Amino acid sequence: MKLLTHNMLTSHVKGVTKGYPLIIKATEVKVNELEFNSQFVSRMIPKLEWSALIQAAEWLGHSQDLPSTLIPDYENDEEFLRKVHRILLEVEVLEGCLQCPESGREFPISKGVPNMLLNEGE
Amino acid sequence: MSSSCRRPEHMAPPEVFYNEDEAKKYSQNSRMIEIQTQMSERAVELLSLPEDQPCYLLDVGCGSGLSGDYLTEAGHYWVGVDISTAMLDVALQRDVEGDLLLGDMGEGLPFRPGMFDGCISISALQWLCNADKKTHSPPKRLYRFFSTLYSSLARGARAVFQIYPENSEQLELITAQAMKAGFTGGMVIDYPNSSKAKKFFLCLFAGVSGVLPKGLDTESTNRGVSNQAQFTSQRSRFKNMKGKSVKKSKDWIVEKKERRRRQGKDVRADTKYTGRHRKPRF
Repeated sequence: MKLLTHNMLTSHVKGVTKGYPLIIKATEVKVNELEFNSQFVSRMIPKLEWSALIQAAEWLGHSQDLPSTLIPDYENDEEFLRKVHRILLEVEVLEGCLQCPESGREFPISKGVPNMLLNEGE
Repeated sequence: MSSSCRRPEHMAPPEVFYNEDEAKKYSQNSRMIEIQTQMSERAVELLSLPEDQPCYLLDVGCGSGLSGDYLTEAGHYWVGVDISTAMLDVALQRDVEGDLLLGDMGEGLPFRPGMFDGCISISALQWLCNADKKTHSPPKRLYRFFSTLYSSLARGARAVFQIYPENSEQLELITAQAMKAGFTGGMVIDYPNSSKAKKFFLCLFAGVSGVLPKGLDTESTNRGVSNQAQFTSQRSRFKNMKGKSVKKSKDWIVEKKERRRRQGKDVRADTKYTGRHRKPRF
């Protein structure tokens, strides 16, 4: 699971109103090299929940000393975009679990695929 | 349309039907791969994404990631959701670029609002029309899926579903729930006159209503409703029997050629030699 996906994911357990951001408990993390696309990264930045991204990167130990608030004029700062690209698309959680901050429900991650299936009645 | 006993949805729930054996076909059978890629290509075309811009897309029922491969080729980034672990395993083996999630679309999509620039789904939606468990209610599951999809799409984004509807009632059920969730749009049918090449695409718009694209057909659509398949529950097997020409006659051959032309097949032009018999002493 990439951190870009984590930034989009919420808990959809019944009764949870704001199951976001999901807490990452990773046991295995991998960095997968991927081609850098500055256009895509700068397009995605306004959509991101920045604080959740920084926190997720810290949990995985890949914070890349990014600022805790988004810098203005990021479109032209290639170094900054490359760092964001790295934590968004290259750092991947292989094993571990995601926990809903509200209900405490855990979603296991195996082989990099989070299991978001719900039990009956959830 | 195939008879009911041959439809995979009637055999087992998707997470059971798509087991290791079935999943293997999607990485080895070249015909299956070709068809899947063709349908993804058409679905992306119907999405009409802005050109030269990498988009963030959702692939519902991504399976082994064949449709995702096409998205990657087109320069887009994607997230795939599927209910079958065997199919996702194949996708992992094939090293797809997109991120994968194990999830049931009938339980709703777990995404923040307004995230995706579009959504495609190849041959997956019809699975939602089946109740595989006692607690499943197809209209409710469809509504939950469509309403969560609507919120996770950006304004003006489109969702294109390639589906194999079983009958007109099923199509009605799907479209009614999609409209209830706030989508506009409708069905696009490619090659409506051919039983084999005919493909159904449900094109939905979130927020802004666009113009529904035309279905593919070889002849120009001058007959008004020709890109809408007419569904009736009536069976009319012998309707045309009376007016049919004698087999192997010139009329019969010309009619058959015309029919095949309508189906979008490669047919030789009609000439003075068409349907002419050879001299007995040839």
